[in-house]
Amino acid sequence: MEWASQLCENRGLGSKMTDSKYFTTTKKGEIFELKAELNSDKKEKKKEAVKKVIASMTVGKDVSALFPDVVNCMQTDNLELKKLVYLYLMNYAKSQPDMAIMAVNTFVKDCEDLNPLIRALAVRTMGCIRVDKITEYLCEPLRKCLKDEDPYVRKTAAVCVAKLHDINAQLVEDQGFLDTLKDLISDSNPMVVANAVAALSEIAESHPNSNLLDLNPQTINKLLTALNECTEWGQIFILDCLASYLPRDDRESQSICERVTPRLSHANSAVVLSAVKVLMKFMEMLPKDLDYYGTLLKKLAPPLVTLLSAEPELQYVALRNINLIVQKRPEILKHEMKVFFVKYNDPIYVKLEKLDIMIRLASQANIAQVLAELKEYATEVDVDFVRKAVRAIGRCAIKVEQSAERCVSTLLDLIQTKVNYVVQEAIVVIKDIFRKYPNKYESVIATLCENLDSLDEPEARAAMIWIVGEYAERIDNADELLESFLEGFHDESTQVQLQLLTAIVKLFLKKPTETQELVQQVLSLATQDSDNPDLRDRGYIYWRLLSTDPVAAKEVVLAEKPLISEETDLIEPTLLEELICHIGTLASVYHKPPSAFVEGSRGVQHKRLPPRTGSGESTETPDVGQSGPSEAPPAVIPSQGDLLGDLLNLDLAPPTATVPSVQPSMQMGAMDLLGGGLDSLLGGDIGGSPSMGAGLGAAPAAMPASLGSAPAVGGGLGDLFDLGGGVGMPTGSYVAPKTVWLLAMKAKGLEISGTFARRGGIIQMDLSLTNKAMSVMTDFAIQFNRNSFGLAPAGPLQVLTPLSPNQTIDVSLPLSTSGPVMKMEPLNNLQVAVKNNIDVFYFSCQYPLSLLFVEDGKMDRQVFLATWKDIPNDNEAQFQIKDIHLNSDVASNKLQGSNIFTIAKRTVEGQDMLYQSVKLTNGIWVLAEMRIQTGNPNYTLSIKCRAPEVCPFVYQCYELVLKN
Amino acid sequence: MINDYIFILKAVCHTLTQTSSHQVLICRNYKGDVDMSEIDHFFTLLMQQEEEGLLCPVMSHGNVHFLWIKHSNLYLVATTNKNSNASLVYSFLYKLVEVFTEYFKELEEESIQDNFVVVYELLDELMDFGFPQTTDSKILQEYITQQGNKLEVAKTKVPTTVTNAVSWRSEGIRYKKNEVFIDVIESINVLVNANGSVMSSDIVGSIKLKTMLSGMPELRLGLNDRMLFALTGDKGKTTVTMEDVKFHQCVRLSRFESDRTISFIPPDGESELMSYRINTHVKPLIWIESVIEKFSHSRVEIMVKAKGQFKKQSVANNVEIRVPVPSDADSPKFKTSTGHAKYVPEKNLVVWSIKSFPGGKELLMRAHFCLPSVENHETEGRPPITVKFEIPYFTVSGIQVRYMKIIEKSGYQALPWVRYITQSGDYQLRTNT
Repeated sequence: MEWASQLCENRGLGSKMTDSKYFTTTKKGEIFELKAELNSDKKEKKKEAVKKVIASMTVGKDVSALFPDVVNCMQTDNLELKKLVYLYLMNYAKSQPDMAIMAVNTFVKDCEDLNPLIRALAVRTMGCIRVDKITEYLCEPLRKCLKDEDPYVRKTAAVCVAKLHDINAQLVEDQGFLDTLKDLISDSNPMVVANAVAALSEIAESHPNSNLLDLNPQTINKLLTALNECTEWGQIFILDCLASYLPRDDRESQSICERVTPRLSHANSAVVLSAVKVLMKFMEMLPKDLDYYGTLLKKLAPPLVTLLSAEPELQYVALRNINLIVQKRPEILKHEMKVFFVKYNDPIYVKLEKLDIMIRLASQANIAQVLAELKEYATEVDVDFVRKAVRAIGRCAIKVEQSAERCVSTLLDLIQTKVNYVVQEAIVVIKDIFRKYPNKYESVIATLCENLDSLDEPEARAAMIWIVGEYAERIDNADELLESFLEGFHDESTQVQLQLLTAIVKLFLKKPTETQELVQQVLSLATQDSDNPDLRDRGYIYWRLLSTDPVAAKEVVLAEKPLISEETDLIEPTLLEELICHIGTLASVYHKPPSAFVEGSRGVQHKRLPPRTGSGESTETPDVGQSGPSEAPPAVIPSQGDLLGDLLNLDLAPPTATVPSVQPSMQMGAMDLLGGGLDSLLGGDIGGSPSMGAGLGAAPAAMPASLGSAPAVGGGLGDLFDLGGGVGMPTGSYVAPKTVWLLAMKAKGLEISGTFARRGGIIQMDLSLTNKAMSVMTDFAIQFNRNSFGLAPAGPLQVLTPLSPNQTIDVSLPLSTSGPVMKMEPLNNLQVAVKNNIDVFYFSCQYPLSLLFVEDGKMDRQVFLATWKDIPNDNEAQFQIKDIHLNSDVASNKLQGSNIFTIAKRTVEGQDMLYQSVKLTNGIWVLAEMRIQTGNPNYTLSIKCRAPEVCPFVYQCYELVLKN
Repeated sequence: MINDYIFILKAVCHTLTQTSSHQVLICRNYKGDVDMSEIDHFFTLLMQQEEEGLLCPVMSHGNVHFLWIKHSNLYLVATTNKNSNASLVYSFLYKLVEVFTEYFKELEEESIQDNFVVVYELLDELMDFGFPQTTDSKILQEYITQQGNKLEVAKTKVPTTVTNAVSWRSEGIRYKKNEVFIDVIESINVLVNANGSVMSSDIVGSIKLKTMLSGMPELRLGLNDRMLFALTGDKGKTTVTMEDVKFHQCVRLSRFESDRTISFIPPDGESELMSYRINTHVKPLIWIESVIEKFSHSRVEIMVKAKGQFKKQSVANNVEIRVPVPSDADSPKFKTSTGHAKYVPEKNLVVWSIKSFPGGKELLMRAHFCLPSVENHETEGRPPITVKFEIPYFTVSGIQVRYMKIIEKSGYQALPWVRYITQSGDYQLRTNT
């Protein structure tokens, strides 16, 4: 660095003092002195004075009083001095708008200077002066600069349009600057193109609906050409802009991908991540069977891995994004486990992220290595990291069944270390392992009980209590253990209190003779001495259950719990899609949509991945967000859904006289307090009527407890279960008008028209028989060929009177679904034979699949989530239902009439998502997700079913029901 | 879209009150969106996170987000209230450090105060309205200099390079003797578990150029790249598969993508032309076996055996083996077969240095420390043993420069010089105690 060393020499010789001297003058009357110096005749002195002013400004002193004097120095041909004055102006113009006008003339003059540096400087500075009066004068110079011959001026002017737009959007539109800016996309200079793209993108952000960027294949081509030539930053602007384009078809998508992939070799991590964003997005449109799709997948892994050798902050951004990519497309990095191993000197934020990704990538193939690493981490010193490592071991056990045993023994080893927080974390995860693999590892309970005293964290205490309650029959001193907790009941956190209540009730149900006193104690603590509504409610429910029907209580409280799912902390698919569209940005770092942290972005369109063209393949991962087993509190009530589900399944016959155990007085208390409450809560739903939503709404208390701790999912889950009264009374199923099935001319004068209906659970074939012949028809009979769902007449065709010429009889034929089955083409085809005294006639008709949707097709939420995840992606089909002008509540009501049940609804920024289930008569479950965008008449329907061939027919039903 | 402010701050410790605060050395507002006083929250957050031991490079207060990096005792902070491109912001902040360092040799409090006028000018030129602009310091130095007063109006022109497609090289460069020096440097990253199994290992290679060429030369670099050989159908030679390659912006990426040709117009002087990563499992070149025995309340005994697992003809230079010791150890005693060992108490390390370590040799070091009889209550981590070395005239991967073609329209002859060196990268061996 030659000149730098020169500088040092200069310094040494003292021929030139450094700027730091300007910071040293802090005497009284400084402003006054500066004023005098600024008005000096000597150029050098003037400049020194301006420097002093700027120095004061830098350290935060108010030197705005010098405004007129500094502006007077503006007219200079010394570039350095000019820059300093401009800098001053930018800072103080806003506070002195009237005086700022004084500067306008110089600006306008400078915009026509011979030196392009000065022209650019003037236009750049003018844009930064946020004073309305000045902006008016800016228009003409800006217009000239946008057409300047020097690209340096043009690129600066392009950015200035965005600045001006920020101050006065209307002015920019009126002056036609947007069009000029659009023209610059075709500029011959790549830097100008890049800045024009950046400016347009910025402006477009505040006008989400304007088609400002107007991306079409021609402009895209220009951008892709400029991509090869502009600076690294320009490449990022262009790539980010490309990411918002929606290619017309898979071919265009592929050709863009091909031209973007070279960017993966750029040395700048930000260029690489922006390129990854474009590729991840456009890949969505490529058919999976395409060779290129596979090639692209392979190309993505190495650059992602290389990002991990960047600076730690960039590594962090990369890891947060890899976390998303791994969830969206696990196949990309499945062989790259090792690169996520934690290094001793990694910063903590990098360590924690790596750990998270390790678990996501854990599989049977690499589990041994992963476990060895995790065990290593669990003995480090950083508490947060160690805790996470211990949890990770538990998650591995749950995720990879083959490794469960090894994980449990590792956890036991860790418990032996007696390190307090390690023991507590281990107990929390072991509880989850018990739930995942019931009756397998309970032999370790004894070891766990040894550590009871050292538990001081609520989560660990609650976990331990759950274990004691759940396995009370195997723990000899379970009552003593629980009793010891009961002593300080009121000092415990709610989580522990709830758990203790449940555990003691379980214990009582298992060992009623010895524990009556204990249960009474806990019930009264919960109901009478606590002001926590959750606790009181749960206490009363148990109390009433125990007092009315202990058998039922046993059924409820000791019910078999659903298995917990293996993947945890997954981001909800629609959010994941949106985040993939924001790779590299803050949203991808926070794992939150921009609307969650950017002001004024509400109502801005959510970015979605493009729909896959070609095959009807899935566009999303099957994993519906769930609260992780490691996060959910260890309740006997796994979630609100299940609690109510269990309660609803109760036989709620009026209480009989046999009320054993609990003292009568207590029972009275409970009865009184609850009044009709519980009855009304539960009563409405007897008989499994589908309006479960009402019941849910009435018992929100249990929700926070079970859903509170799933930060990654955010409010998602809450929304998911929040059925805001969307389900009302069924409106009855839709019955299509009759159509002619058999023409008279083909059937010797017998015309048959008909339709199908499902009424109150009974399938009916409504027929109109018309005699168009000259003679009377008698002896009607009907028979079906074997068909896909075993439809068969449940009785004879009831045509009692002879059918006279020109007479029409309407008959309803009840159908059963117990006939012989044979798969038909199309699936819903039914071949019918009708006989009368004249001949036998054959015809075929097609029934709507909704005929087979049974009334108890409402799936439990948990089961839904698990099933959705379980059904392979390839079984998912997507459809568009066009031109529906219903809001989601009306739609879900309508659908319910045809036994399409809405299980959950969530709303994300104006988009309603309905999760629905349907059960067919033959036991096939169909799961659906319907997305409704406010103001958009087109619904998107995703259907998942283990028998994917029914999907199009289910879709037909949706369309039929919604449109009528 | 990108960010509002760039701040450079320093932490100030008040020794009297035992508190620390911050001081803004310089800041530049690129947009009007965020209030400048927001920066006060940054420091509060930083202190809070430091206390909790949960630092994070992104922090937010209200709807203002702080993205920051630390350079020696300075914090470079970018603020934004939009969904900014985070990776761009960090890349830019690091670029800022690079540019300032090239301008002022060191980026520190003094250099910023000494040159605040230039710093302002640079901040103005590097970014406009939150969009990074020209960040190549060589080009910037052509029109932003510290001798501003020397500039005459007629002389100051925008270097065409600023907006050229070739934004990294100026025209009109002249050398009497035209030469290119090519350094091929491979760093070995190894992570070995306490039980001696290699957990991960890879090679990160870098090809650095020192270009002393006149005019606008066109260069083409030929390597024994397996993909290239597969494309051209060459067979029977030793080739190398590069897992991932990253290039300086001068290299034509689309050309490389289509036919694996590395063609470019080089920046003048020193630059990193490319880097690559190779995943092949390499035998750790220096293998370490260690026994660290800790006898509580009395002593620690360390035995380290180092073995050169490379060719006998090669020599590893400046080898340093750093062995962790407990923080409360004292009275060191060493015995080494070669080289010398030194105790570095501030880092809790024994550093065993060996000037030259021939391949195939096995060396030994023993160390003995006393431990105080009072138990140290602070739990300590288990830092790994780390190794530093360099082996000249050799690359582990076997990568070779086959040719460097230099074409310039004036038709001069130029000589390429190639050097190979292998060195340690992140070379860690975990220990048992």
